[in-house]
Amino acid sequence: MTRLREFKLPDVGEGLTEAEIVRWLVAPDDRVRDGMAVCEIETAKALVELPIPFDGRVHELHFEQGATVDVGAVLITVEEDPSPGGEPVLVGYGASEPAVRRRPRKRPDGEIRAAATPPVRKLAKDLGLDLATVVPTGPGGVVTREDVESAARSTAPEKRRIPVTGVRRAMARATTESAFTAPHVTEFLTVDVTRTMRLVDDLKADPEHADLRVTPLLLVAKALLVAVRRHPEINASWDEAGRAIVLHDAVHLGIAVATPRGLIVPNVKDAQARTLPELARALRDLTRTARSGRTEPGDLTGGTITITNIGVFGVDAGTPILNPGEAAILAVGAIRLKPWVHQGEVKPRHVVTLALSFDHRLVDGELGSKVLAGTGAVLERPERIIGWS
Amino acid sequence: MTEHTPGEMVRLLTPDGERVPHPDYELESTPGELRGLYRDMVLARAADGEGVTLQRQGELALWPSLLGQEAAQIGSARALRDDDHVFPSYRDHGVALCRGLDPLHIFRLYRGVTHGGWDPAEHHFHLYTLVIGSQVLHATGYAMGVAADDAGTAVAVYFGDGATSQGDVSEAFNFAAVYNAPVVFFCQNNQWAISAGNERQFRAPIFRRAAGFGFPGVRVDGNDVLACLAVTRAALARARSGAGPMLIEAFTYRMGAHTTADDATRYRDPVEVEEWRGKDPIARLGLHLRKTGLADDEFFARTDREGADLAARLRSSVRAMPDPGLADAFGRTYGDEHPLVAEELAWFREYSASFAAAGEG
Repeated sequence: MTRLREFKLPDVGEGLTEAEIVRWLVAPDDRVRDGMAVCEIETAKALVELPIPFDGRVHELHFEQGATVDVGAVLITVEEDPSPGGEPVLVGYGASEPAVRRRPRKRPDGEIRAAATPPVRKLAKDLGLDLATVVPTGPGGVVTREDVESAARSTAPEKRRIPVTGVRRAMARATTESAFTAPHVTEFLTVDVTRTMRLVDDLKADPEHADLRVTPLLLVAKALLVAVRRHPEINASWDEAGRAIVLHDAVHLGIAVATPRGLIVPNVKDAQARTLPELARALRDLTRTARSGRTEPGDLTGGTITITNIGVFGVDAGTPILNPGEAAILAVGAIRLKPWVHQGEVKPRHVVTLALSFDHRLVDGELGSKVLAGTGAVLERPERIIGWS
Repeated sequence: MTEHTPGEMVRLLTPDGERVPHPDYELESTPGELRGLYRDMVLARAADGEGVTLQRQGELALWPSLLGQEAAQIGSARALRDDDHVFPSYRDHGVALCRGLDPLHIFRLYRGVTHGGWDPAEHHFHLYTLVIGSQVLHATGYAMGVAADDAGTAVAVYFGDGATSQGDVSEAFNFAAVYNAPVVFFCQNNQWAISAGNERQFRAPIFRRAAGFGFPGVRVDGNDVLACLAVTRAALARARSGAGPMLIEAFTYRMGAHTTADDATRYRDPVEVEEWRGKDPIARLGLHLRKTGLADDEFFARTDREGADLAARLRSSVRAMPDPGLADAFGRTYGDEHPLVAEELAWFREYSASFAAAGEG
């Protein structure tokens, strides 16, 4: 007879009520033994491994990794081993194990599985090692933790491997493609944005715009759009196959957003046609959607020019890599109060460094400089938004 | 830092398992005694590991692990005579084992089914003290009594590096010195008072503090079971002879977290932990036994099996421990029945029952 036993989350601290499952060390169908760690949990106090209190085979893991679980909730159910001779031995030591457990198990797909405990299996996986290639030294040909560790030492020097999937993988692919196909040039411009900051404050204070999120980034976006309007050739793509430069009528303005899953660059469609309040709403929705991980694929494609706001990380400048298919990307540094010569006197002024990278196949130094200088000029005197657009 | 200078720390066995002489402390030991020390340390580690596991399974409320401190505890405890009296702290499971206390008593305490757990007179092993450092005063007072009785025995008290920051410990040092009390202060300096390292506790090495109070202090390699045994033996003999107290600082390391409710990785450099792993007290004596041919594979296998058996017994016994009745908790304050306690018990029963009623409704 088999029966299912539940292992409930105990209070592993003193008076804790919940814990987060950091990772499972076992999977359904894995064998577990009394005292063996089955998962790693993090409480308000500590990151600890949880040892299961009985033997058997994992029937079900009740929570995903990353889930927050209340103390007392069932974490895992285990199918107890059938016991031919009455009750199962409560404690495994001393009792000999069925020989079959020490032989490689045939899986349904016919693959021979190397013998190892689930934590060792997990370790091998984390280290990127194929268990079948590890020389076992344990009793009965079992691969031990030491075997895996020494195999890892002999194959690779690194300590930890992070699988690259999803957003991270997309980012790696996009930046590599861009960096090694488009010849990048980056230019820098430091400008006095005191008036822009004042305008931001005025707009924020205006009851008319109470529902808007007016930020310096909004004004930077507007300034770039104004510069693009004056130099529309920057809003273009390089067509290698067709040996042509493709000029875009619409400006689909990309914004680089750091999300919990990695960097993504959703874009605001037809940004050139939007009023300032419309642009503010679009930017707010775009970053909000991106951070909650609900960005639609359509919003991630078709961008024509991009802004990356590295200033939020407290840095002044950088050389951004183009979003593939685009001709220019503007990096905005941190806006700092600095001593600055203003009307012949040194005054504390809000100053920011802008960096514009462009694809030199289709944007030459003159065009790139004009776009950067134009953007800076608007930020220095934001009333130019009215005069230039 | 309180790093020692070479020669300042008594060591008889190197991390490589080599015996080295010391001008002041010698140890004559038979192969059987050496194997016995090894076995004690293995059993202590096995019982301790089971404590951590059972806590993680929700069977114990808390467990302070002794991992790494086996040599300090076993070496010093094996220096004691049966009639010496011991005042432990709360991590001294290895000392308890050597005193003959059934470790289940300790598990009961950390399961919360008893307030104390054992009769201190039975094994001359006092109750665990969870208040930091207070037992050092108790031991000193007890030792003053021993001297007054002219009993010819000694008292040993265990405490940690963190306790040395308590006024109690300084007061105890002074009383012991002034009254020439036959007490051995055994401080396990495991480098960490929860998350506070040595440099946050003191600037002069602990063992040197004794000189200021007027008695000798010695630092011993706390991961060397032979040095701990030799130095404690000498200190106890000195105390019994009427020469007064002595302070032993066992320089060791807490390999685990402070307790199961702590996460040492948040404040400790893993490099430091790895460095101390290389000084493991059990591996050290094991190496020596192998090199000298005093123990064979069969001995090591048998000892490991004994450890596993002990752990298994503790596991099944702890899981079977019944919860104590309410009357038990209320019955420990006065020897006889007391009207106020009876009233409180009645109130508590009613209060507890109100939850059940609310749950049903």
